[in-house]
Amino acid sequence: MSKNTITLIIDGTKVTVEEGTSILDAAKKVDIEIPTLCHHEDLCVAGNCRVCVVEEKGKNNLTASCAAPATEGMDILTSSPKVRRARKDIMALLVSEHNTQCTTCYRNTNCELQTLASDYNVDNDIYLSVLKNNTTIDKSSWSIEKDDSKCIRCQRCVRTCAEIQHVNALAVTHKGHEMKISTFMDFPMNEIVCTNCGQCIIHCPTAALTERRYYDDIWEAIDDPTKHVVVNTAPSVRVALGEMFDYEPGKIVTGKMVTALKKMGFDSVLDTDFSADLTIIEEANELLVRLKKAFVDKEEVALPMITSCSPGWVKFIEHMYPEHLGHLSTCKSPQQMFGSMVKTYYAEKKGIDPKDIVCVAGMPCAAKKYEANRPEMRDSGFQDIDAGLTTRELGHMIKQAGIKFQELPEENFDKIMGESSGAAVVFGATGGVMEAALRTAYAVITGRPVPFDNLNITPVRGMESIKEITIKFEDCVPEYSFLEGIEAKFGIAHGLTNARAIMDQIVEGKSPYVFIEIMACPGGCIGGGGQPIPTTDEIRKKRIEAIYAEDMGKPIRMSHENPEIKEIYESFLKVPLGEKSHHLLHTKYRKRKRY
Amino acid sequence: MTTHINKLGYIFSKDCECDDILKNTLAKTKDEVVSELIKSGLRGRGGAGFPIGLKWKFTASQPEEVKYIICNADEGEPGTFKDREILTQVPKKVLRGMALCAYVTGAKKGFIYLRGEYKYLVPHLQKNIDEFHEDMKKFNIDLNVEIFLGSGAYVCGEETALIESMEGKRGEPRNKPPYPNQFGYLGKPTVVNNVETLASTMIVFRLGADVYNNLGTKDQQGSKLFSISGDSPKEGVHEIELGMSVADFVNEFGDGDTKAVQVGGVSGFCVPRKNFNKEIIGEGNTTGGSTMIFNSSRSMYNVLHNFLDFFAEESCGQCTPCRVGCQQLLKGIEAVKAGEKSPKYLDQLIKLSKTMQITSKCGLGQSVTNSFTSIVNNFREEMIY
Amino acid sequence: MVGTKELIKNLSVKHGIERKSLLPILQDIVEKENFLSNDSMIEVARILDISAAEVYGTASFFSFLDTEARGKYKIRVCKSITCDMKGKNETIKCIENILKIKVGETSKGGRFSLLETNCLGWCHKGPVMLVNDEVYTELTPEKIRETLSEYIREEK
Ligand SMILES: Cc1cc2nc3c(=O)[nH]c(=O)nc-3n(C[C@H](O)[C@H](O)[C@H](O)COP(=O)(O)O)c2cc1C
Ligand code: SF4
Ligand code: SF4
Ligand code: SF4
Ligand code: SF4
Ligand code: FES
Repeated sequence: MSKNTITLIIDGTKVTVEEGTSILDAAKKVDIEIPTLCHHEDLCVAGNCRVCVVEEKGKNNLTASCAAPATEGMDILTSSPKVRRARKDIMALLVSEHNTQCTTCYRNTNCELQTLASDYNVDNDIYLSVLKNNTTIDKSSWSIEKDDSKCIRCQRCVRTCAEIQHVNALAVTHKGHEMKISTFMDFPMNEIVCTNCGQCIIHCPTAALTERRYYDDIWEAIDDPTKHVVVNTAPSVRVALGEMFDYEPGKIVTGKMVTALKKMGFDSVLDTDFSADLTIIEEANELLVRLKKAFVDKEEVALPMITSCSPGWVKFIEHMYPEHLGHLSTCKSPQQMFGSMVKTYYAEKKGIDPKDIVCVAGMPCAAKKYEANRPEMRDSGFQDIDAGLTTRELGHMIKQAGIKFQELPEENFDKIMGESSGAAVVFGATGGVMEAALRTAYAVITGRPVPFDNLNITPVRGMESIKEITIKFEDCVPEYSFLEGIEAKFGIAHGLTNARAIMDQIVEGKSPYVFIEIMACPGGCIGGGGQPIPTTDEIRKKRIEAIYAEDMGKPIRMSHENPEIKEIYESFLKVPLGEKSHHLLHTKYRKRKRY
Repeated sequence: MTTHINKLGYIFSKDCECDDILKNTLAKTKDEVVSELIKSGLRGRGGAGFPIGLKWKFTASQPEEVKYIICNADEGEPGTFKDREILTQVPKKVLRGMALCAYVTGAKKGFIYLRGEYKYLVPHLQKNIDEFHEDMKKFNIDLNVEIFLGSGAYVCGEETALIESMEGKRGEPRNKPPYPNQFGYLGKPTVVNNVETLASTMIVFRLGADVYNNLGTKDQQGSKLFSISGDSPKEGVHEIELGMSVADFVNEFGDGDTKAVQVGGVSGFCVPRKNFNKEIIGEGNTTGGSTMIFNSSRSMYNVLHNFLDFFAEESCGQCTPCRVGCQQLLKGIEAVKAGEKSPKYLDQLIKLSKTMQITSKCGLGQSVTNSFTSIVNNFREEMIY
Repeated sequence: MVGTKELIKNLSVKHGIERKSLLPILQDIVEKENFLSNDSMIEVARILDISAAEVYGTASFFSFLDTEARGKYKIRVCKSITCDMKGKNETIKCIENILKIKVGETSKGGRFSLLETNCLGWCHKGPVMLVNDEVYTELTPEKIRETLSEYIREEK
């Protein structure tokens, strides 16, 4: 054992743990649950809510178990009368500062404050209300709603935005009774350097931060007989939606999800994976063109090229590295490619006037809402995607429709843009876009499949913060002979803090990579800001396992072999990076203010 | 009980002699210096009362190369102004105390964290620091001292909040452990001592540990500065041997009509007339030396209201019991006074203040109960009618 | 704004560009510009490579780092208990009458701001006020009038 161990007593039971373990974690080892609010395993310790206090025998003051390391010989009581009384009192204080409206609250039944207050049966009338009555709900952002009256000031969001995303859009401001969570000069959320990633939402224990909800608009569209409402769902939704219906994390519910959406009245239930395959074709070709320009034509091109399918990441680079936007692939994200294809290709095929189509995206993401509303995203002549819904909103809608999800039969996606490859599925996990791109690019360059067992490019998988892989191209087809013998390095980062490290290398001119995948959220889209709460590393891993299982179950595993993709190029787009593609599938970025 | 008021003049005696004291002290080994400090019984004068010798010893034992000394001159406790007086009259003693600390701990960088309200002292202090740097050359003490100005936040007097603010952050107290001795400014072992504590080291080594230890009582050794304000004809800073009863204190400093004495500032206790004979100043209520005297014309409700207003504003706001608790106590006594809550609610509030005491993260939230409970219990009628 | 940029550049040379330089830099800006404007906080954030929200969050913690526009002379009257007992309210009223502003307000032309503050450390000589860094103790209406008229005169 590398570390010293420590033995202490918790509620009469001896526990031995490594030095440095908190009392809270030591208690977990013997299945003693201590309530927490400000604690989150993804984040550094804060120790500010104080509900996790425990009694150390021989001490008058209680100890915050999340913040105190276990020490040799400690004798801890986690549920003594003194502890219970103190906890209940603290909970009552939190409630006295809180705008308790559970019945109408978005986090009702999924709220850490509510659960604790209910467990302890906190009396609402003990204390006077000290709720600030001058707060309004900030609905300025397309993605994030901020309601300070529901905030318990645990600072989890602030730590998330700082530690995981290195954006620091949120900060603790003022002190004493005026202390609150705010933005620079209390500006509205749409005017600040927020990437809309939604990580703060899934780390918030209450409804103080939520996604802006659009489902009422969708119901209205569904009910409108003149509208043809199309929904497409991202790969990460099918491996997480089950959690909204009491399935264990990692359950694949693709078929039931499709059935539910059809029952709800969507006219067509399609698969974002289709456009993920499309993205791969365009993006892989874009990379090859850039490489050719660099190696053969000796032109100045921005390398490494970086993926652009994560709208939080895109907004991040626009704010933080506005001078380096050339590195971004010009490809739209799968969601937006889907939208522009639905309102052109699909409309044409189906013979529907695109103005009557409402295109909805079911996404694991909060930033997708904002992305759908970017003014750039109207290349079809209409707003390409009318609304982005999170996995959570989809879950709510299914419940609103009175559907018994677990009992549903399984159905398949509808045709025209419902077919996809396993490569598209893995988009959901960090490293997935890279894997999909490599499966196709390698095949295009060498005429052979990537030299990995079962096409599983395992080095790009997993939760490591920055991953890389080196691939040597040999026996290339004549068109790509300029890559012969070249060992190319590819990089993958997830979470914007890691993205920053990658970007700083580029700024210094020291990036070793030719192509980089960046996802704004830890774990990739499966850990997105629109996913079910809680999302923890354990849950992320289970969702990732499900993603790879779904990939293995697919008959087609490479994007360029998807028959619907072949068809769309033959009949509509003609060639990758062609004129139509340029118009409909690629986009431009804008420089934004850093502050 | 027999106690006496022994007014002393150690701290404010001329500080020209302290170079000699320092010289003699530096002739001792570090261990000797530490054990004499421990023997002297000198405890921190900033409020928490930790023995200075142990603090220095622990910091000295840390293996890190870089260490810091911070002189805590944030003096924000209402009713306290003795550190300002020390820095005005005898800054040399404070700096020599820091030099001694540097000798013992090996720190090469020191700061005086001066509250923003005392900014006008900067030129005076800077002059003394410059001279100090010059003087220390002959002692081979390599300690560079800098002034760091506070910006108006009481809680920054708490040592870890102080360090956070020096690091450019909000002054939110840290979780302890680790303590500053181990993990302080920029993560390095750091000694934080109050102005008076540092100056008092010069008295210890002038008188010798034994003589110093003989001052005061069994529990509280040495002499101490008291900031006296309120209804007193002798307001100001007075150096007094520890261990005097409140009754004697009131006889000496009161205006003849004293109704209560607040000992230890707003975070200390309120002693009502009926207890003047029972309470010893500085015992059980480790004190930063603030004593506020109220005569019978004062409303104790107003006093408490003023204190709670202060806490509600100056709490850093991070932890639940203190942030919300302070507001509740304030609103609560208002509601009782206005008849919106029954007098029984005061008992609920006292319980709440106890919860704050045992669950708050730092000394601020933990000590609100002191004044709250002692005022409410002793002046209950005034809270209600 | 050019002035602000220049000022902050100089301050970053003087104090350094690490996070620990934040308070000294902000203090000096307040001294020069009376308060922290949005532009100045953004500029500080840029130079220290932290977010503007962090600068604001830190500044708003400290009562002397004003993020609201303030006058050239900031009058801070102590409201802690002993000053309160000795006539803080009368002091405030007197200042309000002379300057025609209420607590929290700034006089027209941006000369004076009137604020309350917690203990100034002169409890034995209350009531006390701070005008920028200068302390004025044992205030009486005459003394207040005298002191303020000096500031008013000086301005002219
Ligand atoms: C809210 C709060 C405010 C404090 N303010 C001061 C202060 O103004 N000056 C001071 O020396 N210590 C203050 N302290 C105590 C310090 O945390 C620390 O204990 C002290 O500076 C250590 O020095 P000493 O051992 O020499 O007393 C304060 C503590 C708390 C909890
Ligand atoms: S945030 Fe939680 S406790 Fe508050 S109203 Fe919503 S569900 Fe209820
Ligand atoms: S959405 Fe993302 S960037 Fe915006 S405040 Fe939340 S965590 Fe920060
Ligand atoms: S917004 Fe949510 S995460 Fe942030 S402090 Fe408030 S309750 Fe905590
Ligand atoms: S007790 Fe008060 S001042 Fe101390 S950390 Fe908690 S909120 Fe801040
Ligand atoms: S969970 Fe430990 S203090 Fe909040």
